[in-house]
Amino acid sequence: MFLLKVNNIDVFYGDAQVLHQVSLTVREKEIITIVGVNGAGKSTLLKTIGGILKAANGEIWFMDDRIDLLPSHQIVDKGLIRIPEGRKIFPTMTVLENLELGSYLPKAKVKRSESLEKVFDLFPVLKDREKQSSGTLSGGEQQMLAIGRGLMSLPKLLMLDEPSLGLAPLLVKQIFNTVREINVQGTTILLVEQNVFNALDMAAEGYVLENGRIVLEGKSQDLLTDEYIKEAYLGV
Amino acid sequence: MPESRQRFLKLALFGIAGVILLALPQYIPEYHTHLMTTVLFFGYLGTAWNILGGYAGQFSFGHTAFFGIGAFTSSLLQLHAGVNPWIGMVLAGIVGTMVGLFIGSLCFRYGLKGPFFALAMLALAEMLRLVSIQWMTAKYPLGINIPLLEDSLLNFQFRDKVPYYYIILLMTAAALLLADALEKRRIGSYFKAIRENEDAAESLGVNAFKYKLIAMGISAFMTAIGGTFYAQYYLTLDDEAAFGVANSIEILLGPIIGGSGTVFGPILGAGILEFLSETSRNFLGRYSGVHLMVYGAVLIIVIVFLPDGILGGLKKAFYKISGSKQK
Repeated sequence: MFLLKVNNIDVFYGDAQVLHQVSLTVREKEIITIVGVNGAGKSTLLKTIGGILKAANGEIWFMDDRIDLLPSHQIVDKGLIRIPEGRKIFPTMTVLENLELGSYLPKAKVKRSESLEKVFDLFPVLKDREKQSSGTLSGGEQQMLAIGRGLMSLPKLLMLDEPSLGLAPLLVKQIFNTVREINVQGTTILLVEQNVFNALDMAAEGYVLENGRIVLEGKSQDLLTDEYIKEAYLGV
Repeated sequence: MPESRQRFLKLALFGIAGVILLALPQYIPEYHTHLMTTVLFFGYLGTAWNILGGYAGQFSFGHTAFFGIGAFTSSLLQLHAGVNPWIGMVLAGIVGTMVGLFIGSLCFRYGLKGPFFALAMLALAEMLRLVSIQWMTAKYPLGINIPLLEDSLLNFQFRDKVPYYYIILLMTAAALLLADALEKRRIGSYFKAIRENEDAAESLGVNAFKYKLIAMGISAFMTAIGGTFYAQYYLTLDDEAAFGVANSIEILLGPIIGGSGTVFGPILGAGILEFLSETSRNFLGRYSGVHLMVYGAVLIIVIVFLPDGILGGLKKAFYKISGSKQK
C-alpha cells in the first residue's frame, strides 16, 4: 500500500518552472531516496509535499487524502513531517525546548514523555545537553536535534532534506545509521541527498532528479550499477 | 538555575518592585512622579511592541499607528458623543486590533519579512500621520482638546499626577504579567519558533500566519489602549503626538536597549533611556544639542556591544558560564 503518491506536479518560482511533471510513490515502511545535484529541485519537491510551496498542476496524495491544497500545519498534523535542510533549529532555546516544540500538536503531546525517551535513546548526546542552549551544539548535534524534533511529532512519513550536509564523514555515517534505525522502528523515510552512494545504499528505491525532472527511477541496487549513475554521480 | 528557583526569584522581584513603586509617589516630588509615569508609559508600550517585535520577531517600525488610532478613537468619541473614556479605551483597543489584523493579514499573506515588514508598518503610520495633518488643519486647527470634567476616576481626569501614575502602574503590571504568561505557554514558544526560524516552525506544524496575526492583534490592542492613556494624561492631542515617527522609535528603543524577547527588557530599557535623557539634559542642557549627542552615543554603544539588549546580553553570559560548567 502506498503512503505518499505524487502525480505529475509542476512547481514554479514566479515564472520559472522548477519541477516538471514529477511523480513518485512511497510505500509504507520503506526508505525511498531522491538524489541529484545542487539546484536539481530536491528541496523544492520536499517543500511542495510539505505544503510550503504549492504545485501549479498535479496532485499529491497521502494515504487516502489529497494534501496538495492543504496548508502545511494540517499536513504535519496528518503525520507527514519534513526536516528542513541545514539544521534549522531554534538557537536560543534549550535542547529540551526544541524537542518539546516538536510535540505541541495534540496527538503528539499525549505521548510526549514516551517520544522524548525514544529520542534520547537514539541520541544519548541530546540527553546530556538537555538544558544547553541549542545554538551552542556542534553541527552534528544540531542535525541530531533537528531529526529528534521531527520524531517528537510522531511522523508516519519522515522527510529528510540533506541530513549529511556539511558534516564530517564519521558523523554522516552515524546520521545514516540512525535514519536506518528510525526506519527499522517503523517510520517510513523519504530521504533527499547529494550523497548519492550512501543514500542509494540504504534505500529500497531511488529517484534521480535533474533540472527538475525525474530522469531515472528504480530499485536502488539497479541504480547503483547503472552506467549513467556510475559516470555522472559516483565518479567510477 | 532550577526552574522553580528562577520562578521564585522572578515573583520576588515582581513583588518587591511592586511595593516600592506603589509607595513611591508618597516620597518623591510631583515632577519625579511625572518622570516615573513616563518610564512606566514607555515600558508599557515597549512591552506591547515586544510581543510582536521581540517574541514573534516581526519588527514593527510604525507602532505609533496603533497608538495614534487609540488616542484618536477615545478622544473623538468623548468629544463628539460624550463616550466615557474608559469605554472609549476598550473601543480604542478594538479599533486598534482591527487595523492591526488588517495590515497584518496583508503583510503576512504576501510574506513581508524583516525590513520589508518594518517599512510597511512605517508606511502605515506615515499615511495616517499625513491624513490626520490635513484633516486636523481643516477641522481642529488647535488640536483636539478633551473637555475638562470634574476630577474623578470615572472621568479618567485628575489635576494631580499621582492617580495617572497608579493607572499606568497597573497597566504596566498587567502587561508584564501577560508577557510572562505568554512566554511560558505554548503560544509563546510558537512566537519564538517563528522568530528564530519560520521554515522550521512551519515544518513542525506551526501555522505561522495565524500566530503572527495573534501577536499583531495582542500588540495592537495594548498599544491602542496606551494611546487612550496618553490622551487622558495630556488632555490634548495633535497629529504629531499621535502619529509622529519619533513615537515609533521611542516605543521600540526600550525593548531594544533592555532586551527584546524578554519580559522585563522593555521596562528596564525605558527606565535607562529616561534616566539618560533626563540626566544628560540636566548636566549638559545649557550646551544646546550636546545632551542629544551623549544620548545617541550611549545608544550606539549598547547596540554595538549588546546587540540582544542588556537582559539578552546577561542571558547569553549566563548560558556561557553554565555551558562551560557542564563540560
